[in-house]
Order: sequence, then C-alpha cells, then structure tokens
Amino acid sequence: MIASYNVTFCGTRLSLLGARALWWAEKATLVVSDLHLGKSERIARRSGLSLPPYETRDTLERLKTLINALRPSRVICLGDTFDDDLAGQNLTQTDTSTLTAMMGSLEWIWVEGNHDPAPPTLGGTACSELSLGPLTFRHIATTGAKGEVSGHYHPKASLRGHSRPAFLLDNSRLILPAFGTYTGGLRSNDPTLRDLFAPNAIAVLTGPRPLPCPLPQ
Amino acid sequence: MVTLPPQILSWFIARDWSIHPHQQEMLARKDAPATLLIAPTGGGKTMAGFLPTLAELASGEHAGLHTLYVSPLKALAADIKRNLTSPVAEMSLPIRIEDRTGDTSSARKRRQRADPPHILLTTPESLALMVSYEDAARTFQGLQRIIVDEVHALAESKRGDQLMLALSRLQALCPGLRRVGLSATVDDPQVIAHRLARHPDPCPILLADPGPAPDIRMLNVPEAPPWAGGGAAYAIPAVLEQIRQHTTTLIFHNTRAQAEIFFHNLWLANEDSLPIGIHHGSLDRTQRERVEGAMVRGELRAVVCTGSLDLGIDWGDVDLVIQIGAPKNVKRLVQRIGRANHRYNAPSKALLVPANRFEVVECHAALEAVRAGDLDGDPLPPGPRDVLCQHILIAACAGGFHADDLYAEVTSAGAYSALTRPAFDACLDFCATGGYALRAYDQWQRLRQDAEGRWHLRDPRAAARIRMNLGTIQDTDTLKVRLKRSRGGKPLGEIEEGFAATLTPGDTFLIAGQIVRYEGLREMTVEVTRNAAKKPKVATFNGTKFATSTQLSARILRLLAQDSWPDLPEHTADWLALHRDVSQMPRAGRLLVESFPHDGREHLCAYGFAGRNAQQTLGLLLTKRMEDLGLDPLGFVATDYATLIWGLEPVTDAIALFDLNALRDGLDGWLAENAVMKRAFRTAATIAGLIERNSPGQRKSGRQTSFSSDILYDTLRKYDPNHLLLDITREEALRGLVDFGRIEEMMARVGPRIDLKRLPRITPLAAPLLLEVGKIPIKGAGIERLMAAEAEALMQTSGLAGLAQ
Repeated sequence: MIASYNVTFCGTRLSLLGARALWWAEKATLVVSDLHLGKSERIARRSGLSLPPYETRDTLERLKTLINALRPSRVICLGDTFDDDLAGQNLTQTDTSTLTAMMGSLEWIWVEGNHDPAPPTLGGTACSELSLGPLTFRHIATTGAKGEVSGHYHPKASLRGHSRPAFLLDNSRLILPAFGTYTGGLRSNDPTLRDLFAPNAIAVLTGPRPLPCPLPQ
Repeated sequence: MVTLPPQILSWFIARDWSIHPHQQEMLARKDAPATLLIAPTGGGKTMAGFLPTLAELASGEHAGLHTLYVSPLKALAADIKRNLTSPVAEMSLPIRIEDRTGDTSSARKRRQRADPPHILLTTPESLALMVSYEDAARTFQGLQRIIVDEVHALAESKRGDQLMLALSRLQALCPGLRRVGLSATVDDPQVIAHRLARHPDPCPILLADPGPAPDIRMLNVPEAPPWAGGGAAYAIPAVLEQIRQHTTTLIFHNTRAQAEIFFHNLWLANEDSLPIGIHHGSLDRTQRERVEGAMVRGELRAVVCTGSLDLGIDWGDVDLVIQIGAPKNVKRLVQRIGRANHRYNAPSKALLVPANRFEVVECHAALEAVRAGDLDGDPLPPGPRDVLCQHILIAACAGGFHADDLYAEVTSAGAYSALTRPAFDACLDFCATGGYALRAYDQWQRLRQDAEGRWHLRDPRAAARIRMNLGTIQDTDTLKVRLKRSRGGKPLGEIEEGFAATLTPGDTFLIAGQIVRYEGLREMTVEVTRNAAKKPKVATFNGTKFATSTQLSARILRLLAQDSWPDLPEHTADWLALHRDVSQMPRAGRLLVESFPHDGREHLCAYGFAGRNAQQTLGLLLTKRMEDLGLDPLGFVATDYATLIWGLEPVTDAIALFDLNALRDGLDGWLAENAVMKRAFRTAATIAGLIERNSPGQRKSGRQTSFSSDILYDTLRKYDPNHLLLDITREEALRGLVDFGRIEEMMARVGPRIDLKRLPRITPLAAPLLLEVGKIPIKGAGIERLMAAEAEALMQTSGLAGLAQ
C-alpha cells in the first residue's frame, strides 16, 4: 500500500504520493519531476568535489519500486530528469540498464527541463509540454495557466518545525516536489512560489504519511 | 647566566625590572628543539617566549622571517603585536613585527608572502593558508623559531591538530626550526608536550612559579537563586555592588545567550550608568573591537563575556573575575580566575555565582576542587583524520607531494605519530577519488599522480576553492542580523539559522545587548527593528555547552551523599532534603530513575551524572528503545546530571530499559537516524573537504538549490556503509558529542543497582529540567500522530478541508 493523499484537481482525481510522485489512476499515469540523475558526476566534473556517486541508483530504485507497485501504463518525467545533458550521457552502464529495463514497454514521456533541454537517447518520447485531458504537463509553471502540472521549484513546506518536500496546489495549478535523491528545496513561503498560488492554496508534505496544510503564511 | 644584548639589558635596567627566573631559563634553553613553558597569566609568559628571538635579532644580521607566533585568537595576535612593538621600539632593535589574520588585507598578505617580517603573528587558519601556497618555501626561508601561545587551549581542538600538521610541513622546509609552547596551568603537561614537539624529539617542560593561591569564594547574595535557568538575574544587585567596589570586573558566562540576558538585566538595573560592555563570539567584529579598545584604555568598569575572552589577552587592570553559572570544568575555572590581577605575586580574586539551585551544589564542589588543586582532564584522542584529509589537500595546493614524504611528515606530528600507513592511504584515496566502493567517474578525480608518482590537483583552479574552505572551526550556519532600512549599516551580530527559522515577524529577541523585533529575512540577512519590549523571546544562538567533567561530577555526588549540608545555603539544603523525602538522593553506586505523570504526559527522569553529552546520548538511546516498545516518546532534554524524557506511555520496567548490552546494540542502529550523528558527519565532511562551506557565488544564488548533508549521510549509510567518512563520524561522535564512554563508565559504576521510583508528581530535582532549553524532539510514531492532528486542525480552521476529500 502506497501512502497517498487524494485530491480533485480540475475535474480529475489525483493521488499525491508520500513518495514524492503523482499518480493519476484513471489514466494509469505516474508523474515524477526533477530526478536530476547524474548530479554527482556533474559536480565532480565542474568543481572536483567527489560526492557519493549513488544518487542515480537510489533515485532509480525508488522509481522502480513505485512502478512495480502501481503498474502504470505511462510515466511522465516532468523535466530536469538529468542534471545536464552530459550527465545523461555519462550514466554508468548499470544505471542505464536499470533505467531502460524499467522503461520496458511503458509509454515513457520526457518533458524538457532547463537542465536537460536535449532529448535523451534512451527511447521514449520527448516534448516541451504535454496535454492530457484537462491537464497540461510542463517543467516550469506559467502565469495564468489552468490545469497545469509542473515541477522545477523543488518546493518544501514545514509543520511543527519539520521541513519536507511538498506538493503545492490550488484550483488551477499543481507543483510537484523533486523526486531526485540529491535535491534541495525552496521553502513554500518564498515569494516566487507564494505569488504563483491563490490564497486558498495548500501544501501536502511528503513522507510516511502525506500531510496537507494551508500553504503557509 | 645568559648574557643579553646591551640594548635589551639596559631597557630592563632603565625600568628597574628584573628578568624572571623562567624568562632567564628560556634564554638558557633557546637552542632546544622544543620547550614547553607553563606559567600563570601575568607571569611574563609572552616575554619569556620572545626574549630569545629579540636576542637573536638584535644584531640585525638575520634576513627574512625569524619567528612565527601562533595564537588561537586574532585579537591575541593583535594584542601581542601592540605589546611587543613598543618595547622593541624603545630598545631600538632593528626588528619588523607584523600580524596576519583573516582580517589582514589581501594586498598586505601578498606582500607578506613575498617579503615577510622578522616576526609574524598569526592564527592556525592563516598559517594553514600560507602553507598552502606554492611559494611557501620562499616565504618561510630562514625561519628559526615558532612560538605557540595558549597551546593548552589549541592542543584540545582540531585547530591544534591542524597547526601541528602545518608545523610538520614547516619543519620539512626549515629543518632547524625550534618550537616553544606557552601554556596555562594544566593537569598533564606531558600530553601537551608530546603534541608540541616533533616526534620523537624530547620536549622538556619548564614550570614557572605559579604565584599565590587565588582568593575564590561564592558571591554572597541575600536572595535565593531560581530553580532553573542560567540567567542569574537574582544576583544582579550584588554583582553591581561588586563592580562598584572594583576597578575592572570580568563577568564570565558559559553561553552567549546567557551573557546577552545578563547584560540586558544588568543595564536595566545600572542606575549609576557605570560603563559596562559585552563581548562574545556572535557579536560583529567591529562591535567586539570597540569593547576591546575601551577595555584597554581602562574606560570600562565591567565586561560581560564568554569564552571569547578566556585566553590570555592583556585587558588592562582587571581586579575581579565573576563566574556566572557553574564552571563545569575546574581547569577552565582556574584559568579564568587567572585573568584577574596581572601583577605577579598578587592573588587573583574571583567570585562564583550559581545561576540556579543545582548550580549552588556544583559551584561548591568546584570550589573544593580548586582549593584541593584537583584539576580535571581527559586523555587526548589521536589526531583526527578529517583534519588530515584537509592537510593532504593543502599539500596538493602547495604544488603536490610524494605520498611517502607526506606520510613521514605527518607522523612526525605527535598527534599523528601512531597513524598507520593504510590509514594514511585511505585518507589520500578519499582526497583523490572520494574513496567510494563504487568507482564512478574516475576521470574527474580530484588528485592525480603524475609519471613520477607525485600527487597534484587534476584541475589547478580547484586550489582557490580549497583555500576558501580551509580551517577546522565549525560554526553552525549563522545569519547576519541587521537593522531594517540601514542597508550597508553595521550588522548587530549573527544568530543560528535554526533559530532564525523559528522566528515569525513580531517576535523579539536579544542581540548585542538590545531587544530587537524580527521583521523578516532578506537575502540571507535577518532584518530587525529596535523594540522597547521588556521581555524578549530569548536568543538561543550557539553557545558552547560544556559537559561537567567526570571528576567534578564525582565530587557533586559525594556532596549529595552527605547526611546534611551545613556548608550550603539554607534554600539549597532544604531543597535537597525535600527531594530526599519525596523520592531519594542520587548516589554514586546506584542509578535513580523516576517515573511520574506531569502536564498530561508521562515522564522519566534518569540521574546518571555523566555530563551533558553522555546524558543526551542516553536520551537518544532510551527513546529509541521506548519507540521500539511502543511507548511513543515525544522528546527529551538533558543536563549534566540527568535526562528527562516525555512521551505518551509510562515506563514500568527500568531494568530492561537500561540493559547496557541492549543500549550498545541499539547504538549502531540508532547511529543511522539521529541529529547528533548527522551534525558530526557534516562537520567531518566539511573539514575533510567533501562539502564546501564557501563557494564562489554561493551566497548570491541562495541556498534553496543546495541539498543538505543529511542526504549525503543517508546515501552513504545505505550504499557505502564502510566509507571513511562514516568511520570518522562514528569515531568522533562516540568520543565527543555522543560520549558513550561516559555512559559505559556510569553503567559500570551502577551495575544492577537501578532504582525505579514511580511517583505521583514531578520531583524537586526533576522540575528544573522542564525549564531547560535544548529540548530534542523524537521523530517517531508519536510526532507523526501529533503532526497529523495539527495538519487536520489547520485545514479545518482555514476552511480548506473541502478542497480535498
């Protein structure tokens, strides 16, 4: 059983998963954002710092767990899947096989992000944005959009002093938390995020049990 | 009798000063490869260190750097420069003296590397930086002597380990280098001597006359101290009276927050407007310098301060030291007392002021220990490997190295003399590749070997980033505090990021002796306005919390074991007697555990007397076991003598809970989760160079894109559990913050003699713990229950519950 918090968003029933992914059961679609695969490789290349090179493996294994549990027919990666285009090409053999095995016969959609504008050569379909029913999937939220699902900001929210990656949503837009292991977060009360949402917006904290609360303050 | 050059001798004679015997002795031993001088503050210790240098430089024949002086404080380096420059000028000696610290301008620093003075005064961090430059050999050419001041303070910290590694490099560059250590009184000088000297050189110890015994007592206050807290506000009138009666008083506190509160209260009561200043490490540098300057000019009657004034700076005519709060450690108390009265052969005068009822007991025990000359000390651990990793990176910045040479150098530092080659190689591998079991992206490794086997940086540009992150001082992340609409104005000081995160606009707190109102966060600066409120929300910014030493804890237990307490004030004796009536007295050979309901929660109080760190670890281990047993613990707080845990269910079986083997087993599993370990990991990873505190442009982009070191820690635990950094973290945490050794010592002392007392209500000794700051929440089932309840309540009150079904 995967912990989730269910909402009605623009006429669709969506499950916000505690595991930082979105499940749209009606369309058997799993959505994840900001995987940032290959981040430690990019950091080593650019700065010389050798961070533990396990984040790609960890991110992919958590994704595999979700796919095995939910059996989606479609997976949407909402951009910034790779930390940069070179990081996408430099994945280890093992990580690449894990990813391609997981993709299998699924309909796999890569939405472009600001970190990874070029489409990966791993199969699947690349696009700058995607419309499915009443929903539009793109990497960065746009003003005035309706039924928009996006990522990019890595939102975080806190309750009782505990800060966790969070979904943010109001009646017209939904922003996903980052799924990647090596990702930080932007506080949900940051003006950049606050300005995108209506006053009745909520944040749903991820974790063992997803927790909804009013978008703070 | 050693003959001094005539300029120096006549200077002494003109002032009718005689050379102290230990100064004479230092001159006689000037050619020894290493000497440790132990002398009381005010005993002419610094002059004893410098006299041989002045004698050797008097002829004006030496070219380049002759003596390097290293002190733990920038302020001390500046102070020594002042105190050395005037006699040198008066003696007309041809000697150039300069200091070099983090505050020195970069143009001046560059010039100092090319054209060094005869005497350079610096800090361990600045020295590490100088050693990291490729031209180090030229800068240090001709260096004869190094003087390490306050070596007792440095030897106990990673800063000292870094310094001694830097010395091992210098010694390789200048084989004739002689080392002198200047130290205050310590319990075991041999340990410090071993760290100071090049291994295996001998290091003779020279003991100066310690002077007369200090005059130390409890401050007589008519009012009783409060049950808890560290403010000591009750003693304000009595302290003011002492300030009036003395020329200059230093008022020491154990934490910065306590110093702020006390200073605030002192000002409110200061009807005569006596000039009183405040000095601690969170204050802005210009503010600190203003106080230091006023102090030197004799304009201040008192300074409220913390450990930032602990070391031997000559602050003028201090004739009284007041210690607020229990001293925790007798050795430090003695050193603080030594700050009063710099006239040799006059006794220092000090007063102890317990901040609460339990500290009355602790202060009495400390007084007894001082009178008995019983200093406390713990054995020093071997040199830490995170500091070694940083040193390896420094060597790479300085133009590269052969592993064999560097290993030989490193093991010539006393702290690293037992370092094995495999342990060294593991650190080298970590610096070069990250040292991971998974060999990914080896083309980007940080260090590479050239054809001759010399290690160097893959990308020479990385040197600048490494230099930006040198040093072993780990402040928690702090944010500058600034008055709103005074952009460009001077910051008031700094507060911890964690504290800033708990503030909401309108909250008030104390900083730099004034109450300010939190307005908001702007580009990583805390904006505040002045506020006239009387009662602030207290700043809990980082104050070093020392654990009460084993020796002092044992004395306290002995004191508690007395049948009656005629030496203690009546209020404290009555309190202890009341506790004995309703519960029982904690005793050395037994462990008292109380269980009682209070304020709607179940509580458990364990009186281990193992010191704050160990009691905190005990709290973490016990709550972990309680979590497993379904007792839903919510949090705990630890002091030096007890741990208080609260939760949703009562504890009925203490023997099972305190099974040492189970606790030790729990230790490893528990290590994975807790915040103390994560903090230790962050420290080790930062010092070892895995995480950068400073990187170009980092501040501009903000921190939202960087992820926490906790994630790195969790990832390593999962995929590479034997990684070097985890090993270092475990070792450090077990010794320092975790202090499991003292839990073991306590359990051994107690054996099966655990007394669980179920009581109807909170007891006299336990009650003060509820008022302690630093409560640690447990992120378990209990908190999930409470978070869910709060989320639901928020959704209901905001009317948003309808949005979701």
